[in-house]
Amino acid sequence: MRGLSLLLFITVASDATTDLYVTGASLPPELEVSAAPAVTSPVASRYIPEEYGHPGIALARSAEEPAAPSTEDGESSSHHHHGGGGYKIVQWEWSYVQTPYIIASWLLVASVAKILFHFSQRFTTAVPESCMLILLGLVLGAVVLIASKKQPYQLDPGLFFLFLLPTIVGDAGYFMPARLFFDNLGAILMYAVVGTLWNAFCTGFCLYGVKMAGAIGELLWGLMDFLLFGALISAVDPVAVLAVFEEVHVNETLFIIVFGESLLNDAVTVVLYEVYISFVEVGPGNVYTADYFKGIASFLIVSIGGTLVGLIFAVILAFVTRFTKKVRIIEPLFVFLLVYLAYLTAELFSLSAILSMTFCGIGCNKYVEANISQKSRTTVKYTMKTLASIAETIIFIFLGISAVDKSKWAWDTGLVVSTLIFILVFRAVGVAGQTWFLNWFRLVPLEKIDQVMMSYGGLRGAVAFALVVLLDKEQVKAKDYFVATTIVVVFFTVMFQGLTIKPLVKWLKVPRSTNRKPTINEEIHEHAFDHILTAVEDIAGLNGYHHWRDKWEQFDKNYLSKLLLRKSVYHKSELWEAYQKINIRDAISVIDQGGNVLTSARLSLPSMASRTSFPEVTNVTNYLRENGSGVCLDLQVIDTVPGAKIEEELETHHVLAGNLYKPRRRYQSHYSRHFMTVGEKERQDREVFQRNMHNRLESFKSTRYKRHKKDRSQKKRKGSDAKEQDTSDKPRRNVSWQDKDPVVVPMAPEEDKHDPSEPDKYDDVGITFVARKAPETPKERPKSVSAALDVCQSPVAAPPSPTCGEKNLPWKSGMGSLPPCVSVEATKIIPIDLQQAWNQSISSLESLASPPAPPEPQHPRVSTLSRLGGPVRTPTKGKSGGGVCAASGSDTGSGQFRFPTGKEEEEEGTLSQQPQEMQPLMSSLRPPPPPATQSARKRRNPCVYLRSLVTVPPSGGGDPQSRRPTQL
Amino acid sequence: MGSRASSLLREEDIEEIKKQTGFSHSQITRLYSRFHSLDKGENGALSREDFQRIPELAINPLGDRIINAFFPEGEDQVNFRGFMRTLAHFRPVEDNEKNKDPTSGEPLNSRTNKLFFAFQLYDLDRDDKISRDELLQVLEKVDVEQKMSIRFLH
Repeated sequence: MRGLSLLLFITVASDATTDLYVTGASLPPELEVSAAPAVTSPVASRYIPEEYGHPGIALARSAEEPAAPSTEDGESSSHHHHGGGGYKIVQWEWSYVQTPYIIASWLLVASVAKILFHFSQRFTTAVPESCMLILLGLVLGAVVLIASKKQPYQLDPGLFFLFLLPTIVGDAGYFMPARLFFDNLGAILMYAVVGTLWNAFCTGFCLYGVKMAGAIGELLWGLMDFLLFGALISAVDPVAVLAVFEEVHVNETLFIIVFGESLLNDAVTVVLYEVYISFVEVGPGNVYTADYFKGIASFLIVSIGGTLVGLIFAVILAFVTRFTKKVRIIEPLFVFLLVYLAYLTAELFSLSAILSMTFCGIGCNKYVEANISQKSRTTVKYTMKTLASIAETIIFIFLGISAVDKSKWAWDTGLVVSTLIFILVFRAVGVAGQTWFLNWFRLVPLEKIDQVMMSYGGLRGAVAFALVVLLDKEQVKAKDYFVATTIVVVFFTVMFQGLTIKPLVKWLKVPRSTNRKPTINEEIHEHAFDHILTAVEDIAGLNGYHHWRDKWEQFDKNYLSKLLLRKSVYHKSELWEAYQKINIRDAISVIDQGGNVLTSARLSLPSMASRTSFPEVTNVTNYLRENGSGVCLDLQVIDTVPGAKIEEELETHHVLAGNLYKPRRRYQSHYSRHFMTVGEKERQDREVFQRNMHNRLESFKSTRYKRHKKDRSQKKRKGSDAKEQDTSDKPRRNVSWQDKDPVVVPMAPEEDKHDPSEPDKYDDVGITFVARKAPETPKERPKSVSAALDVCQSPVAAPPSPTCGEKNLPWKSGMGSLPPCVSVEATKIIPIDLQQAWNQSISSLESLASPPAPPEPQHPRVSTLSRLGGPVRTPTKGKSGGGVCAASGSDTGSGQFRFPTGKEEEEEGTLSQQPQEMQPLMSSLRPPPPPATQSARKRRNPCVYLRSLVTVPPSGGGDPQSRRPTQL
Repeated sequence: MGSRASSLLREEDIEEIKKQTGFSHSQITRLYSRFHSLDKGENGALSREDFQRIPELAINPLGDRIINAFFPEGEDQVNFRGFMRTLAHFRPVEDNEKNKDPTSGEPLNSRTNKLFFAFQLYDLDRDDKISRDELLQVLEKVDVEQKMSIRFLH
């Protein structure tokens, strides 16, 4: 590895040498504040011989692939500059590719460096990456220096401020935990504004004092110089803070305060810097009082203006992503472009670019994330992280490299030492003072340990360096000394403090971040507390934080979200979003490890017939065969016989559906089985499956939100309650539905007849029951929900009845049912650890399984229900009946069925509870009847019942599945 | 109005409330003026309707629950003392033991009392137990969207 890195160094060195020349050539003069020679081609031609003169490099070049072209390039470019020759068969077009080539090489170097660092786990845990990168930079710089006798390359401020910094800030802003940030906004602002001012002034004045005392400096250095230096050296640097703190994992509050400060102090730094520069330019003697006020006004404009620019771009971005449905592919681009434009625009008006970008990120995140597709989200996330990580790497490497060149800086021990001392002392004092003040208002005070960490975490970094490099030597006479001091300060904070902060955190026992996502339970209660606190603030007539946040949330809900969120997303709650995400992820993971789930967890179920044989059997089909269930045979048939497709599919569907009704693990098994059987086509199937998921989710989105959600959630809840009944026999629920059932049921038909104008409501309801309904209108899956509902409402107007094949096609209907199924599972699985969750659900299943009786008692009601619903149902019912028959024929091995009753109860319960919601619910009720009518048969033969439920597309698949989650 | 309200409050009352709740003098007078402005009936006590007149509370999903917390069992009026006692639960916890007066017992803003208060918010029928239904009822009020999450809970 050492050899490798050595090789790397050498490569880099040669890169760097060419780089030097490039920076000279390619960067516009105004960016070129560093000491890189402004002459372009002469430099190159002058430079290359020197390079050749160094044997080591030349050797390396012959060995190293990338190096070879670069030297050749250098040659040819000089050649080009000299006018070129005749026709060559092979030409080195270095001048043509040089800029991108060098950028690419640098990125490569940075990435490879990262890889190397992470080879040794033990090493990386002890030493922060930023330290290593700086060291690497130092080594590279030294190599270059030795090679070329001079170091014309530096961290270029233009490059830094226009490209490197935005990537980091953009990433930080976009992924900023908004709630945490705003909860601590007061403290953050305090530290960012007051703290930075305090640091800047104290450091500046004290350095000046030391100078007056004669300890440091030369006569020429004025007060303004020191104040300027104090301003640029006092700002905590976001890059360094991120780099160090991300590895330390302190608790979120501490992190957000330090990090937020480092971002928000940009405005202060920018203004102070600009003001002092102008003061230095005009000379301290020409500064009038008005200028100070101008400075203050400028601060307000820079900070507020920057924030506003950011927010405006956030709105634009959110608004644009609202309409990208057809062009999903460029969604990420919009995000990057607009966030970056926010930065550039602020820079354009010399506002605080960091503030602008940060607030753009924070502001747009919520809406953009909701608007763009899942894939785009992933893309944005990874691209941002990649860019930020690379930018960070480059920054630190370049910091190291630029430190090497002795010609750029001049050493003054007194200045360096006193600066270091002042920085540390004033940071600590400032933090202590501000925290003391803040703790008056903070509910959770910042402890001593936090203060120590905050003082110690006040890292200086590349921003300070870039700013000091930007200074004009003509005006700031002490520039070279300041550069040296800044380099030392940056190195000290990043390397020494960065190295020691981890042990310090351990030693002080600073609370670490748990890295655990709050459970939904916690989230709910947090919400509840927010509401409670808001209510109390309202009662007490206080317009406090909670009051305003509540106001903002209302505003956001009523106006902003309507404006910025896609219609389909607008009504989707965050929780629902999360649910959906989890659903998709778990569905995928279930499929991925379908076989495993089957063999491990599921097999241990007591209810499984021949569990014992399982462990050895990884192949589902084999397993099934051994168990001798009809299911297995069916599957085999399907596998082997390619003809008679429809029937087979039908059978498969029945098999699947039948399994769906069984205890949960059965479910999963069914899933995995399904996918296992497909074998080679697994991939394709997965895609199909995912698409189904998406279709389904899309249909969710498109349905009207509120009612739908209400219904759904209510049903879910009811469902869960109903399930509970089985085990715990709660009286409450029973009573409720029993009381109201009779009333409700009769109303259903009425609803159907009279309410054709309420498709929306039906839609809403339908969501939960997609699977069930899908079968009714099996034609196209995506639309099935609404279509099915339409059918329900007005049977007369039922869409042209699908062909028999279509109707019975397992896939047509199955699609509806499958995805829900998965989603159900997903919900169960929610505790992220799949296996664990699985076990849990299994245990719950077992408990459920014990009382098989429940169905019977409830039966009467069910049947009445079905009777009532029956007539209306007729058209569809017939079809479903057919389906049932076919189903029953195919396989009966599926097992006992406990669900139907529970399901009915649930629905009724919901109905009774929410009379006004009844109409929508009715539609959902509708489906059940067919199965119910057959209940008698079912009771006799559970399998049949199952089948019918399933096959009767409407009632079967969907209901139980949708219920399933409730069971949780 | 504030001045008039505070003038109606006698010094000894203030002292007593201060001792009981830990609010400062200025906080008490301020809250009293708020109390008074809420008291549309001008009878020195708030009814549920008075609370429900607060516009922000109307849209608060847990508003009713909070309002209920102000009323002791079986009563539908709350006087200023009761008002303050309830509010005192929301004062930050004071950890310094020296302020603790052994005679006054545990302050209203102690952790235990806070917890008890929170518990009572859930305990609708005040039987000192939170039943599953009660929990669900609180939770479903939190937000519509939260309702669906209930199935995650168990």
